[in-house]
Order: sequence, then structure tokens, then C-alpha cells
Amino acid sequence: MSKIDNKIPAVPLAEKWSKHKESIKVVSPANKRKLDVIVVGTGLAGASAAASLAELGYNVHAFCYQDSPRRAHSISAQGGINAAKNYQNDNDSVFRLFFDTIKGGDYRSREANVYRLAEVSPNIIDQCVAQGVPFAREYGGTLANRSFGGVLVSRTFYARGQTGQQLLLGAYGALNRQVAKGSVKMYTRHEMLDVVIVDGKARGIIARDMVNGEVKRFGAHAVVVATGGYGNVFFLSTNAMGCNGSAVWQCYKKGAWFANPCFVQIHPTCIPVHGDQQSKLTLMSESLRNDGRVWVPKKKEDAEKLQKGEISPNDIPDEARDFYLERRYPSYGNLVPRDVASRAAKERCDAGFGVNNTGKAVYLDFKYSIERLGKDVIEARYGNLFQMYEKITDVDPYKEPMMIYPAIHYTMGGLWVDYNLMTNIPGLYAIGEANFSDHGANRLGASALMQGLADGYFVLPYTIGDYLANEIMTPKIDTSIPEFEEAEKSVTGRLEKLFNIKGTEPVDHFHKELGHIMWDYVGMSRNAEGLKTAVEKMKKLKKEFWANVLVPGEMSNVNPELEKAGRVADFIDIGILMAQDALDRKESCGGHFREESVTDEGEAKRDDEDFTYASCWEYKGEDAEPVLNKEDLEFENVALTQRSYK
Amino acid sequence: MADVILKKIYVKVWRQNNVRAKGRFETYEVENISQGSSFLEMLDILNDKLIREGKDPIAFDHDCREGICGTCSLYVNGRAHGPDRDITTCQLHMRKFNEGETITIEPWRAGAFPVIKDLMVDRTAFEKIQQAGGFVSVNTGGVPDGNAIPIGYEDAEEAMDAAACIGCGACVATCKNSSAMLFVAAKVSQLAKLPQGKVEGKRRAKAMVAKMDELGFGGCTNTGACELECPKGISISHIARLNREYLKAKFSD
Repeated sequence: MSKIDNKIPAVPLAEKWSKHKESIKVVSPANKRKLDVIVVGTGLAGASAAASLAELGYNVHAFCYQDSPRRAHSISAQGGINAAKNYQNDNDSVFRLFFDTIKGGDYRSREANVYRLAEVSPNIIDQCVAQGVPFAREYGGTLANRSFGGVLVSRTFYARGQTGQQLLLGAYGALNRQVAKGSVKMYTRHEMLDVVIVDGKARGIIARDMVNGEVKRFGAHAVVVATGGYGNVFFLSTNAMGCNGSAVWQCYKKGAWFANPCFVQIHPTCIPVHGDQQSKLTLMSESLRNDGRVWVPKKKEDAEKLQKGEISPNDIPDEARDFYLERRYPSYGNLVPRDVASRAAKERCDAGFGVNNTGKAVYLDFKYSIERLGKDVIEARYGNLFQMYEKITDVDPYKEPMMIYPAIHYTMGGLWVDYNLMTNIPGLYAIGEANFSDHGANRLGASALMQGLADGYFVLPYTIGDYLANEIMTPKIDTSIPEFEEAEKSVTGRLEKLFNIKGTEPVDHFHKELGHIMWDYVGMSRNAEGLKTAVEKMKKLKKEFWANVLVPGEMSNVNPELEKAGRVADFIDIGILMAQDALDRKESCGGHFREESVTDEGEAKRDDEDFTYASCWEYKGEDAEPVLNKEDLEFENVALTQRSYK
Repeated sequence: MADVILKKIYVKVWRQNNVRAKGRFETYEVENISQGSSFLEMLDILNDKLIREGKDPIAFDHDCREGICGTCSLYVNGRAHGPDRDITTCQLHMRKFNEGETITIEPWRAGAFPVIKDLMVDRTAFEKIQQAGGFVSVNTGGVPDGNAIPIGYEDAEEAMDAAACIGCGACVATCKNSSAMLFVAAKVSQLAKLPQGKVEGKRRAKAMVAKMDELGFGGCTNTGACELECPKGISISHIARLNREYLKAKFSD
């Protein structure tokens, strides 16, 4: 197999991005006006990219399934955004942020991409401040910081517990400014259902107008996919209800590689499942672990009484509490990375020490910090999160510890991209959570916002020029050509097929079933036998779905069930690929935990000898098995060691 | 978190097939709902039942289901986002309702928010108001260091109070005049409190207010209903600041 060309320049790490920028082509302002770019998705990555590309002079066509770009799921990010500003004088640096991210990702990300991410991170903060993002401030007027999991410095910038909202509204403002100028044409309530390839290049998309059901063609000189992650394959997750993997999956089916699909982040601090009527899970920000202490009872009897509701957590004295993170990981304590914290919670619950009536919860207790700092300080830091918790659970977290449990939160895997953020299909780009490049096998807290905005503001606007410079002679894309006609026909055909099955079970039935299979076999703990079972079960589920799904309503009207049907059909396929990837990766790394690969102490054990690669899956047709290509990951600047947070 | 089960409740819902169709109320029975479930989970269960009965499920807007995206927009028992304070509909839980109760659900009712289907409304007017000036005119790149301009703690906090707006439209739906003043004020006030936003303050206040008037939102008569029903508790003191910004801009014309 020939080596995969990831376009990373062969110069020392710290010079790669600046040398690369010097070498790539630039499009003249007069020519930018002639070039169309489609951006699908308007979260942090998509909105920042669309605004920045339009500012440069490109004609941008932006799409989102929501009724406004401001509603993209980036809005839900709570805790913060990392940047190597070293404002705290605590010896932070670009290298330290790079190193923490590589280590946190368990050495399964690309050095060059991560270094660039750290390098541009300070610019993001400056940009957001200039836009009027109301970051938290110190009394002297300077920007405030806090700490997050997996790091020893304070480099996280925040706007209360609504950082994602404020950053997205900043990017949304920039986007609106371009919409008003006419340089971005915004299509809301439109869902991308296919990418159109002409002569091997991405030349447009097929999208459905979700109000009147019309299927339309859109042409462009380049297509940027910024559609987020596929965590909803698990049915229950912290993702918004509409988040889906369909845009990414259609790109995959047109030949774009899907990289590391099995790398999923399970967030340790979510509100536990309450029963079988639940539709989604709510995250409690990682920032809470700065001031909350995680514990379960030391004695099983106490856990059982708590499960039955016979006693309250406040009845348990300090000496009978097991602060298991502080016990197992004294140097990082409650601030270990997410994958480590999640597995530790599962370990305690599986051993019978869990609380809540299900036995599937642990405590996150603020009693100690309230005693130390006062209720006012805690309220100022986390007030909105405490309110959110109380509204959902009817329990006041100022008085009783929160109950939390791990839940699916983020997908590190995604479309394979080179250093230019271009997929292996020329002209097709993937940015933000939709690509795979920066977080390896586990993402650090407050790094998703950083990556989305880095890609959209400071990377893609440079790298896309290198491709578009060769397209200046290409006239406006004609959408009446056969490639568009065929793509539209196939989209319409699939919608009609789904609509006409008229089986007996609604879409959610299949989605829930898929979620159970994924959580049981492809969740926090995986083994070969279980993964094989999962693939079989999902293949069976796929057959049942296509034979028995019931889609009501009309094709040419608002029809959320039809939208969901298409997404769930793709989720089943994504789930199968995730299980296949997990099966191939016989090591434990980051969020991917294989029971066959553990250290003597029960911690995840990587196998660098055999698995220091990004798995790049290539579609070979509906009935054929996908082919695995491997991009070897080369580490020239950090030594690969087993992660330790002890 | 003991789950009490509501054995039977009645849901009276506005049904309307599209913007041109005539609408009507229909009442449905829903059984065995856990009080720990959210209001939208109750609607999911009702829709599941309707689909299985071969009926058209109820269309309603929702997405994040954690109170921040601003998509959900129901008028429940005569109140925007239902009978609880400081929440969106997706954060409303069934423990706020009783056995046997009839719950009335309507879409946002305002001329500027036409019904798309059932409980979904078109809030494009909000987009147009933001596009008229709800931003600081800076391009990507070439901006000063984040700490170059100190911003006092209180100013940053007050700007954040206003910036918390989620653009759901509860203020408009609640106002007897269908005024969008709180929505406009939230953005104008946020940027007026920050040095970055002050540069274009006058242009912004005039442009956003003019666009609001043009799109058919009503005037503000200071009833304060918007503040009461705002899921983020945004204060009408921001409307006072908007008025000040607007007058300042008009006087300097």
C-alpha cells in the first residue's frame, strides 16, 4: 500500500504552519468573487468559516437544518475554550497545550495538526473579544481563566456556563454581517442529503427544503462539511435531537474516507438516566470538577440504602465516603481526563457502589467548596448549571450532592482530512467535529470550541485558497448536468422508498434499539466477541428497518419523521462501521477501551507497536465490506508513554 | 428521584397543516406518563401513539432539549414555555401537571411569526433584525490582544446578562403588542456595555429598531410581561438602555 499523503510539510514542528502558509497559493480578490463555496452546518466551525470566507470575497452558500444558524449544537457547550495565552503566568505555552492535547488524546492524533491548533489558539480569544463576546473578567478588567481536566495550568476562557453560546453568537454575528452584505446566502431549514462529485471533484450538494419538502441542487467550486459528530448513533447522548451523521456518511459513500469511527467520548458528568421515557441526556459541565468532589460510599450497605432512598447522601460522614478519583489519581484527582473519569465511575457502579435508584450514578459534591469559598462564589461560577440540574431532577445541588453518570458526548472520529482539512475527494473539506484530526482517541475539555473556531477562522480560509487557485478558470457550476440529475434522483428515490415502506414501527423504535446495541457492545467497554455480536445485531436491525419502518405524514410538507428516518438509516450503517473499527483496534486507547488490553492495575493499555495509525475506512459498495487504509502516525517531538494521571 | 406516574392526561393542541390552512384545536388522551419525564418527552410519546394509529404526528420545534438553543417554542396553559419560571419548554417537567388535567398547547401567536405547521412558527424576522446590526463589524484577523482593552467586572457581567438571550421569541409571544423590544434590547445593551460595541452603537440601535418596526412587531408599553416569561430572566432594564441608545442616536442625527 502506498503511503497516505497528508500534505504535512517536512520541516521542524514549530515551523510547519508558517512554512506551509508561505508555500500554498492565494486567490486574487478579483477571482474570489467568481468562486462559490458551500458550507454545510453553521456551528462554531461552519459559521466562522462561512463568515471568514465571505469576508475574503468568496460567494458563500451556507446551510443548516435548524431555523437559525444560532441554534447549532455548539451553543450547548458550557465550560470554556482553551488557549495558550499564559495570562496566568503559570508556565503555559503553545508547546504545553500541544503536549497536553497529544497526551490527552492518548497519542492517536497528528502532531502537526495539534501543534497548529495550539499555535492559533491565542488568536481565537483575541478575535472573540473583538466581536464583543462577554468573557468572564477579573476585577482589574483582564480576562479570567479556569482549569479543566487533564491539564495542570489554567488556560480555559469562559462566559459563565454558556461559553459555547457566546462564541457561537459571536460567529453568528460575523455571519449575519455577511448575510446582510449579500456575500453569504443563508439557507435555513435545509438538510444536505448528498454531495455531488463531478470528474472526481466535489461540485455541489443536494439538499431538502424541510418546510415544503422540495429536493434542490446547489453547485459550488468547493464544499465544506461542518456538520458535527455522530454521537446520536447511541440514541441517548448529550447531542441535540437533530444532530446526525448523514452529511458525513453521504461523503463517505461517495468515496471520502471515514477515520477512526470507533473513537467516541463518553463524558463523565451527565445527569443520570431517569427511566425508559427519556429522549436525551443533559451534560453538567466538566468545569464543575474544579470545585466538586466525586465520591461513592465506601460501604456497600450504604450504597444499597441510598439506592432504596432510605438515607440521604448527607447522612454519610466524610470517613465513609470513597473519593475514588482522588484515591486512584492523587496528582490530577477530580480533574483526570474524561475517559479516565468515566471508566472509574463505571468501575465503582459495576462493583455495586453506585447510587440513585438504578445504582448507576455517583456523587459530585459541592459541600466542601461551599464551606471553603461560600455559596455566593459557587453560585457566581456555576449558577446556571445548578439551576438546570434542579429543574431536571427536582433536587437542590447547593444542599445535596449532584448525581452524575457517564454519557455519550462527542465523536473524535470523522472524515479523514489532510493538513489542508481537505478529504481525499478534491474540493471536499471537513472541519470541526466532522473531521478526525486533532483529538486522537480522547478530546480534552474546552478543546472542541478551540478546534471548531481554529478550523473556521484561521485554518480553512488559508488552505482552501490552495485548491481554489486552480479553479479560477472553472465557470459557475452548472447544476443541470447528469451528475446533479443522478444525485437528485437517488436522493428522491431513497426518500420515496422510506416513505413507502409503511411498516408498523415508528423510526424511534429502531433508533432506540440501535442505541441499546451500541451502548451494550460498543460503549464504554468493548471486547471482540461483543463487537462481533453488535455487527450481527445491527445488520439484522438494518433489514428490519428497511422492511418495517413507518413514516407518516406527507413528502411535500414539514415531516420530522421522514427526516429522522433518513438519519436513522445512516446511523445504523455508521454503527456497523464503528463496531468494525473497534474490532480492528485490539488495543485500549483514550475513549476506546478493549477489555483484552489492560495493565496490571486495570488501566487502559495502548499497543504502539501495532496500532500507531489512524484507521481510514473506504467505502466499497452497499454489499461489500469496507477497506481499511492506515495512516501511520509519526511522533517526532513527544515520546510515546503510557498515560499516567496518578 | 421517585417517579410518580400520571395515569391519564388530556392534551388540547393547535393543529394546522400549513401557513395557508385553517387551524383548529384537537384533544388527545395520553396515558402513563412519568412525572420525571420532560414535557417534550410526553409529546414524543403522544406522537408515537398517533403514528401507530395512522394519524399525522404533531409538528413542534425542538433541538438541544437543555434550554439553550432557543428552538422550542410552545405556549402551554396560556404561558410561554409553560407553568414554571426561568425555563424553556424543553426543561419543563411533567411534575408540574396533575392527574386528569387538560393541558392546552398553542404555537407562539404573533403576526411576525407565521405558523409553518401545527406548533412550529417561522422566526425568520428575528434573523433579519440581527442581520440589520446585531454584531461588531470586525473581520477575522488583525485584532488587538484580548487583554489590550480592560473591561470592568461589572460591565462584563451586565453584558453577559443581556447576551444570555436565546432568541426563542417568548417575549414576543407573551407581549400583548407582540413587541420584540426585549429581544432587540438584549443585543443592543450587550454591545453598548462593551468598548468593542460602542463604536457603532448609534447605527446599531437605529437599524435594529427600524427593522423591528418594518417587520410588523408592535411597540413597547412597559407591561413587563416579557421579563416575567423570559426563560433567561433578561431584565427590562435593558429596554431602558436600548431606549437611551436609540434617543442618543436620534438626537445626534
